[in-house]
Order: sequence, then structure tokens, then C-alpha cells
Amino acid sequence: MMKDVTYRIRLFDPNRDSEPHWEAFTIPYAPGMTVLDGLWKVKELHAPGLAWRSSCRMGVCGSCGMLINGKPGLACNTQISELHALTVAVAPLPNFDIIRDLVPDLAPMFGTHQALLPYVIREDVEERENPTAEFWQSAHELEQYLQFSYCIKCGCCMAACPTFATDALYSGPMPLAQAHRYNSDTRDGGFAVRKEVLAGNAGPWRCHYAGECSRVCPKGVDPAKAIQLMKRELVLDLLHLRKQGCPAPVAKKPTEIKRRDGVPDAPARTV
Amino acid sequence: MLETKGRPNRLGLWGWLGGGRWGMERYLYTLHRVTGLGLLAYFLLHIVVTSSRAFSQGAWEEAMARVSGEIFEVGEYLVFLAFAFHAVNGIRLLLIELGIGVGQPIEPVYPYRTSVDVQRPLAIGALAVAAVIAILGTLSMWGE
Amino acid sequence: MMKDQKLWTWHLAAGVVIAVFLGLHMLTMHLDALIPIRALNVASEQRAIDWANVVARGRSVFFAVTYVVLLGAALFHGLYGLRNILLELNPAAGLKKLVGAVLLLAGLGLFVFGTWAAVASHTLAKTF
Ligand code: SF4
Ligand code: SF4
Ligand code: FES
Repeated sequence: MMKDVTYRIRLFDPNRDSEPHWEAFTIPYAPGMTVLDGLWKVKELHAPGLAWRSSCRMGVCGSCGMLINGKPGLACNTQISELHALTVAVAPLPNFDIIRDLVPDLAPMFGTHQALLPYVIREDVEERENPTAEFWQSAHELEQYLQFSYCIKCGCCMAACPTFATDALYSGPMPLAQAHRYNSDTRDGGFAVRKEVLAGNAGPWRCHYAGECSRVCPKGVDPAKAIQLMKRELVLDLLHLRKQGCPAPVAKKPTEIKRRDGVPDAPARTV
Repeated sequence: MLETKGRPNRLGLWGWLGGGRWGMERYLYTLHRVTGLGLLAYFLLHIVVTSSRAFSQGAWEEAMARVSGEIFEVGEYLVFLAFAFHAVNGIRLLLIELGIGVGQPIEPVYPYRTSVDVQRPLAIGALAVAAVIAILGTLSMWGE
Repeated sequence: MMKDQKLWTWHLAAGVVIAVFLGLHMLTMHLDALIPIRALNVASEQRAIDWANVVARGRSVFFAVTYVVLLGAALFHGLYGLRNILLELNPAAGLKKLVGAVLLLAGLGLFVFGTWAAVASHTLAKTF
């Protein structure tokens, strides 16, 4: 079993450096160590100024996306042992500006995300804002978008996409997958509004199915799948073949339900 | 889009070619672009050269003589190979980009099986068919 | 500028047209030794590019029409593909417009020229 592991880290301090540079640090290895654990060790033992983003350390918050041995991934979700290498090379996610060391500037991605209206859009605004009940949706309808809703906005897909590597105006896999997540939600009626952006130059037409985004996504969101399904919808829409059901109705109140005897009441609410 | 601050870190053209740790679809993507460009270059030339038939037999035969010879034969052979690949891979892309063959949305369960894995047989099949066409063409062009 | 939703759909449609007609074109031109299609290459003991065959094909209305269809589809498919590649390099806005305009003009010019050649050679072939 290996005793030590060497970290090669691409450092960049905008106040000091004009170019990013690589530095190597050796730290003791312990079984079960993740790439993120190693970064903490490097900070503790060698480089107190080292900067990165992380929070949940369990693959949920989407903060710690970085380029690990040439592949975008979550530092907290990657075991050092699974890299099968004695060196761990860590660099900031490419295709985003570097703020410092391993911290990418994800703001443009979130700007695009926002521009594609990632929320349920309906005409009955009053019901949406002050709901009287749930919107009715079948289990099958839920499955049509559930996979895409697991996205944690880590940006790994954007770093892997060849189109986004040159074309800053391309929406990119994350925002597009999220647009499709809402387009394919039966409670939503916003296809026509999102189409304003999607039908244009920055839309899914820039995707040529290199499939990188899906290969690196740590949550199995499969943005490439979402994008191709989105293209089909847009082509059908152009040919006037797209089925647009009216957004899911408000679920009916259950009627004629009698409480069984002997079932205790729920405890009082605490908040 | 928001203003960005910080040092640019876009991969640029290297991002188009960068392979090695990636799956075969990345190479097919690059090859599809390269063959497409090659076919377009040939096609534009082809329009001009073959249009000589509109003038006279002499003009046609002169144009044909100008594009005969070793280099052009090899070139034409490459164009044929590019065509075989671009056509068959294009059919795969057509299906996939219309959402056919990438599978339905599923509950992601680790280890994830993505749409890229689902369509892999299509990619391999496309390469196989392109290879058969290429072999037939090779026999026809060089076999005599 | 037309939306990519439309242009891209045409790109796919043109791709299908090309696959069919260029497949045919390749069969006549290159696989003729393997799969001789006598109906298309009338003087089939000769090579596809011999003048006799050119005239034989030129006389056929089918060839003249499919030639123009193939020409249009291939020009659109190829030039739109090239435009995509160039625009994905994210040139400056002015350059983008220029690329679009140059490719459009080149496409239209070549289409007119190629169509003229198809019609003219059809007329010429009929005189033989
Ligand atoms: S799609 Fe996957 S890789 Fe992309 S931002 Fe969401 S979770 Fe991250
Ligand atoms: S499949 Fe499309 S969006 Fe995903 S990496 Fe490839 S080109 Fe980019
Ligand atoms: S620290 Fe939250 S995803 Fe890695």
C-alpha cells in the first residue's frame, strides 16, 4: 500500500502571479482519503494560502468541481485510490476564469442558467404563488425530468464540453439540461418563452454529441441526453408536430375519506 | 451573460481535439468535423471541374486529364473513405440528435449508465458499416 | 438572421437527401466495377468518366434533376457545417456577420453556376 501521495496543484494568485504555475506537495496517504481530504492536508502541512471551494464534502453542494488528473470531477467524490496513480494533479475547472488557485468563476454559467428561466412557468400565477393544492402529475410524468433535476450545478460538464471550450456564447450543458428539465415537466407551460433563447445560436444546436458532459457528470444527470431530447422537441415544434398539453391541473381534494377509529392525531406543529 | 473576472482559462482549440482520457464518441466528433471539411473542399472543386461538361467534349476531357494522376487518385480515394465515414456516422448523429437511441430519462443509480453508453452499439455499428463500405470501395478502385 | 432551429433542421434534412443521392452517385461512379448499373452508365464497358457516359447521363432528365437537388442539398449542408465550425471559434461580432455573408454568397453563386452547368450539359448532350 502506498504511504505518501504527491499533489501537483496549479496555483494562481492574481495579486502576485501573471501566469498560473504548478507546484508539488507530498502528504501522507491514509486509506479512504478523497482528493478533497488531501487538499486539506496540503493546506495544513505545506500551503496555508491554498484556495478552493468546498462545503458539504459529500457530493451534494456542487462546490468542489475541479480538474483531477485531467478529468473534471468533484474532489470530495473522488477517492485517491480510484485514480490508480501516485500523483494527483489538481487544476481549476477549465473554460471558466480563474479567480484564484482552484477557484473558478462560475458566475457566467449561473447567468445563462438564469436566462433560461429554470422554474415552473404557468399562466395561473395566483395558483402558483398561493397554491391551494398540488399540481397533479403521474409517476411516469415525473420520470421524464427527475434525472435532470439531480443536477448540483458543479460545472464539471461545462469544463468537459468541447464546444464550450471555444464558444463562450454557447449556453452549455448545465443550463440546457436545466431548461429541458422544466420544459419536460408537465406542470410547466414555459416552452414558448424559453424557446426565444433555445431556438437561437446559443441553443442546443452547438452540441454535437461528443458526450463528454454525461461522462463526467458526478450525479448521473446525463446532460447530453437532455440536450438531444430537447432538440427533438424543438424540431417537432418547428414542424408543428409538438404536443403541448395544457400544464398539469391542480389536484382534486380527496373526498369521502373518513378517519379510521383509533388512529392517533399527528403531534402539534413546532414551527 | 455576466461579466467575468479573473484569468481566462478556456481550453480553446485544444478542447476540440483533446482526447486520450475520453470515450470514442469524442474521436468520432473530431473525425466527423475533419472529414466534413475535407468533403466540402473536394465538393467545391468538384463542382467547378465537372461543370466543364457543359462546354464541350474537349473541355471535359481536358479537365479530366488535369485531375488524373497518382496524387488525384489517392486524393479521391481519401475522399471516398471520408464519405463512407461521414455518411454512416451522420446517420447515427441524425438519430441521436433527434433523441432516438439515447434512451429514456431514468433514475440515476451508481455506477451511472449514461446515454453515451446506451448509444455505444450504434457507434460501433456505424464504424462497422463504414468499414464495409470502405472495403467495397477499395476493391472497386484499386482491385483491377 | 434565420434561427438555428430552422437552419439546423434543414441541415438534417439535407443530410438525408445527400445520403440517398450521393450514395447513388458513388454507386455509379466508383462501385461500377463491382456493381455494374447498366441503366445509369449506358456504355458500361467504358469508365464512368468517359465522354460517352457523360453524354448518356447528361441526356437523362433524371440525372439533370437529381444533380441540381444534390448540388443544393450538399452546398447547404456543407456550408452550414462550415459556418457552425467557424462560429464556434467565437469570432468577433463583425467577423461573424462577414462569415455568414461570404458563405451565403458563395453558396448561392456556386448553386447558380452548377445549375447552369446541369441545364447546359443536358442541352448539349441532346445534340449528340
Ligand atoms: S449536469 Fe452534472 S456535471 Fe453538470 S453541473 Fe449538473 S451535476 Fe454538475
Ligand atoms: S454532448 Fe454536447 S453539451 Fe455535452 S459535452 Fe458534448 S457537445 Fe458539449
Ligand atoms: S464539497 Fe460539496 S460537492 Fe464536494
